[in-house]
Amino acid sequence: MEWIQQLVNGISLGSIYALIALGYTMVYGIIKLINFAHGDVFMLGAFIGFYAIARWEMNFFLALIMAMMLCAVIGVIIERVAYKRLRSATRIAALITAIGVSLLIEYTVIFFRGSSPEAYPTVFAAKNFDIFGVQISTQSILILSVSIVLMVLLQFIVHQTKIGKAMRAVSHDADAAKLMGINVDNTISATFAIGSALAGAAGVIFGVYYTRIDPLMGVLPGLKAFVAAVLGGIGIIPGAMTGGLVLGVVETIVSALGYSLWRDAAAFVILILILILRPAGIFGKNTREKV
Amino acid sequence: MKKFASLFLASTLLAGVLAGCGTTDDSSSSSSSSSSSTGDGGSSSSEVIKIGANLELSGGVASYGSSIGDGAVLAIEEINAAGGIDGRLLELIKVDNKSENSEATTAAIRLAEQEKVVAMLAPATSGNSVATVQIANQYKVPIVTGSGTAPNVTVNEDGSVNEYAFRTCFIDPFQGTVAANFAADELDVKNVAIFADNASDYAKGLAASFKETITGKGGNVVAEEAYVAKDTDFRSTLTRIKAANPDFIFIPGYYEEVGLIVKQARELGIDVPLMGADGWDSPTLVDLAGADALNNTYIINHYSSEDPDATIQEFVEAFKGKYNQAPNAFHALGYDSIYFIKDAIERADEVTGEAIQKALASTKDLSLITGTFTVDENHNPVKSATVLEFVDGKQVFNSKVNP
Repeated sequence: MEWIQQLVNGISLGSIYALIALGYTMVYGIIKLINFAHGDVFMLGAFIGFYAIARWEMNFFLALIMAMMLCAVIGVIIERVAYKRLRSATRIAALITAIGVSLLIEYTVIFFRGSSPEAYPTVFAAKNFDIFGVQISTQSILILSVSIVLMVLLQFIVHQTKIGKAMRAVSHDADAAKLMGINVDNTISATFAIGSALAGAAGVIFGVYYTRIDPLMGVLPGLKAFVAAVLGGIGIIPGAMTGGLVLGVVETIVSALGYSLWRDAAAFVILILILILRPAGIFGKNTREKV
Repeated sequence: MKKFASLFLASTLLAGVLAGCGTTDDSSSSSSSSSSSTGDGGSSSSEVIKIGANLELSGGVASYGSSIGDGAVLAIEEINAAGGIDGRLLELIKVDNKSENSEATTAAIRLAEQEKVVAMLAPATSGNSVATVQIANQYKVPIVTGSGTAPNVTVNEDGSVNEYAFRTCFIDPFQGTVAANFAADELDVKNVAIFADNASDYAKGLAASFKETITGKGGNVVAEEAYVAKDTDFRSTLTRIKAANPDFIFIPGYYEEVGLIVKQARELGIDVPLMGADGWDSPTLVDLAGADALNNTYIINHYSSEDPDATIQEFVEAFKGKYNQAPNAFHALGYDSIYFIKDAIERADEVTGEAIQKALASTKDLSLITGTFTVDENHNPVKSATVLEFVDGKQVFNSKVNP
């Protein structure tokens, strides 16, 4: 029973990583930028959700939608202000800018509200289901279902809608897409909007599930989500989902074996191993780069 | 570019010269006044007695330092209202150390050298207090920390005692011992688990002394796990602990993580008593864990405002009268620190740092708010600890445990 319980723990943790990793992977897929500010959009989502629930007395779903919408706007602003003019610059310049944006967001939040942690209000009465000795809380069921719904929705957008088709086209070849009459700027903005909305949703879910939020909470989950995206194959949407879940379960197993202090290390060992053994990730095809 | 460079150079030079002036000024004034103070040592019975307070009034742990300061101010007012010490009034000189080690050292120098205090309250945290120990020894001004609980404030690594450093709180390992005694004697538990913060010496010290005492009393440690500060997910380790079937879990750590641990433990169906120490003492703990999850948990603290003891209730009333809130442990420790110094000044032959140091070191059975004080050879007070139980999010006085 202990192991089934651990699996439940791992999947709950993994679905949060997966939600953040989706945004990472989408942005990378379309403009080849590792958006280090993504983890901080996740943090902003958590705080927007917190204020929506605690101060403006919204219910969970309204707060979730509000956080997603505001994060989408923030994502587009970040892209327009910081990244757009660097689209033809070197990739290292864009990467450094992303780190700068990340720090800017973190310390702006600290400037306005300090760095002390905040406790999320209880939105659902904590109720546990006892299934053959395995404790499953209503919260973890809800988190899992919200994550799954969002991931299915994303798959639908990417594969069935016009903007999804444009996104896939731009990701394949931006210049050719432009020649075909696709508005590349708008498509990139839409990618940032969707990715940031998912990060915002992950922030609210994280807050409800783990209770404690603070301005630097995005740093570690952001890095873990990056590992998850690389693990699944960066740029590939199903890869990010799988990578997130795998990472969550692996971390849980490491703790369950009694090596809880090595949990974060395990995530980065995975990153190193995947880069050595299979740089394209689980779902990636090994394509030779054209020289 | 060149212009900037020369400007920069000039300004640093100027700053250097000014700083040089400052130090020479200071040292000359100090030497002159120190001679004058030894000159009129016995004659000035009407002069005020200056006591310094080197406290965190801003910065990261400002709430600790200012609480100690508030407690100390109340004590000073009471002593002065009752006529002071032998007719001489006390004056508290507060200096802000901004919660930083280097500022704490500077503040201690300023208090010793310019203000000529005869004793001072050391900073609220162990780290900042350690930064002032050297100054205390050098200027022969005793320091008393209200809440610096790490052993190395009064005792060095090599086991030698810092002559001029004292404290009014108990030390970290003592809390672990008290927790083990309480668990074994009051809760009657046999199989215990320890879940400690691996990133802090505080938690590791508590865990080690808890383990030693509980095994000495015939208890079994069935699980020993660790976490790192800033973790948020403790479910996997807690599941592991649950599988070991403990009937009590000791969790030394700070409220930021402990709140989440308590919440997640209860969600996983762990309903055994949980216990921690003074690191749990914060209203944020209740927000994080939730009042329900905290039922059946215990903490050790320096004192409880709900202790029925008459002197404690008098102090609580006096404090409420002045500050309009119930005093917490830091308020009580700040208050006690001043009375601890006052008692020593009364017993000292003369009002000098050296004499007060001797009197502080020989304190015996002094009854104060946070317990009855006897200073041991390591300058730590031997006194009782209070066990509090959380009932619906409120700390309720449970019992007093003697060492």
